[in-house]
Amino acid sequence: MQTAQAVQSAVNLWPLIGVAVIIGGFVLRQNPVMVVIIAAIATGLAAAMPIEKILISLGTGFIKTRNLPLILLLPLGVIGLLERYGLKEQAQILIAKIKSATAGRLLIVYLFVREITAALGLISLGGHPQMVRPLIAPMAEGATENRYGSIPDKLMYKIRAMSAATDNVGLFFGEDIFVAFGAIVLMQTILRGSGIEVNPLHMALWGLPTAICAFIIHAFRLYRFDGEIERELGSQKIADDATKGEII
Amino acid sequence: MNSTILPLDYFFILLGVSLAVISLMSFRDQGNPRRIATGSFWALYATVFLVGDRLLPLVVGIIVVVMALIAGLGGVSLGKYHLFTPEERHNSALKLGNRLLYPALIIPFTTMIGSVLFQKTKIGGKFLLDQKNFTLVSLGVGCIVALVVACRFTKSTPVQAMRESRRLIDSMGWAVVLPQMLAVLGLLFMDAGVGKAVANVTTTYIPMDLKFVAVTVFCLGMATFTMIMGNAFAAFPVMAGGVAIPILVGVFHGNPAIVAAIGMFSGYCGTLMTPMAANFNIVPAALLELPDKNDVIKVQIFTALPLLAVNICLMYLLMNAF
Repeated sequence: MQTAQAVQSAVNLWPLIGVAVIIGGFVLRQNPVMVVIIAAIATGLAAAMPIEKILISLGTGFIKTRNLPLILLLPLGVIGLLERYGLKEQAQILIAKIKSATAGRLLIVYLFVREITAALGLISLGGHPQMVRPLIAPMAEGATENRYGSIPDKLMYKIRAMSAATDNVGLFFGEDIFVAFGAIVLMQTILRGSGIEVNPLHMALWGLPTAICAFIIHAFRLYRFDGEIERELGSQKIADDATKGEII
Repeated sequence: MNSTILPLDYFFILLGVSLAVISLMSFRDQGNPRRIATGSFWALYATVFLVGDRLLPLVVGIIVVVMALIAGLGGVSLGKYHLFTPEERHNSALKLGNRLLYPALIIPFTTMIGSVLFQKTKIGGKFLLDQKNFTLVSLGVGCIVALVVACRFTKSTPVQAMRESRRLIDSMGWAVVLPQMLAVLGLLFMDAGVGKAVANVTTTYIPMDLKFVAVTVFCLGMATFTMIMGNAFAAFPVMAGGVAIPILVGVFHGNPAIVAAIGMFSGYCGTLMTPMAANFNIVPAALLELPDKNDVIKVQIFTALPLLAVNICLMYLLMNAF
């Protein structure tokens, strides 16, 4: 590995201080926003940038990335308003009508739909502010409440976390088999830079085995999650009695 | 920008105005113990959206640092919100029924229809949607349509929607700005050559004469690097240049399409495990009001690790088979 050693002498390792600050900050559970800014300043200093230049590049970057929070913040007004008037409750009323629904089964269906639609390029059909908070998580909680009555907080948090995780897994491993997705374009550009021509369709196709495995692994975990809920709450299971049915 | 009827800038203004109103509401909220700090935080953020591109980058940089200080010192705090009781919400749900659902579904469907059908639509020689951001613009339009419908169904007002917006934004607190701060850090990392340094460390000290070792280094490297940078897109150029192209393709003659595709997916396994991918992991935890901001990551690790192992095996088995 002579070449690698030759490269080593040319590469400045000091900027790794930024990485160390990030890891240290997260391990010590400091406020992430603060950690990130300190890491940015440390990295800049390590790369011998004057403070003024660091601030300028922070400012330029912040303006350049203004489109990032739009997808999170724009829907909040509508979602909040609907929540005020009972959107979550309505989602739970709907799921109560499906007697066989459990948190795990519901999320497996959502995983499937999310992955397929993302693979077709329809990534905006899901998402945390628009789908998970107002609909998916309340439905998963509702399906569990309908079977077992009240849920202890700890389990409720896990159901919510699982709902968010399902959205992520479906999105990540679905979108990469969509040919026009940015990742495919990026890989093609990088490989082309090294003189390797690759058909984007082939890269999308070779994403399929992983996409299928991702579905199997996560769906299996969701299936087991139902078992976990059953073990924890099984003793307080509500029989299919009329009382619960009539309230709803 | 003049060639577009609906440029993204309109939505920056809309968000800026909303944040300014939220900031005012925070300043006036006696129920918030840190109302001045909270109000200032959102006022600074509003400034970035309203006039950000007309300010000197140095001024914006100072705003960013001040916002980080307010957040770091616990200045972004919860206020008082006049909520309906659970009974009132339940009764309202019984009364309104599925009319509550339709506005929520308008957002994703308008986004989809807008970005698929109207992407290239021109009216009077101008594009209808911002060509670089047609998905975001469609989302913005969807939110406005949904808001009008929601106000009509619930007989409520946009001002009430603004109050609800504040409730949700406050419940997320500083997590709202974290994805953007991380993106800025990513840009700075790139300028400072962090990528090269990490690739150098990984490739210098590990002997990659065995195919299985080389495959493992590439896949684990993609995952680890993604965890550090918070983004598989930042990891790919570095790891591809350091390991995949010279060694997996160059020495072991692997099929580049397979190596690239599975390598990128290994990066995604990293995305599932890192707080640096804040918009996928930290923001949802805040949005779902989970007590620990790492709760979503803790759940995802057990999907990500087996999948990473599967990726290593798949790449090892497939890359020379086709």
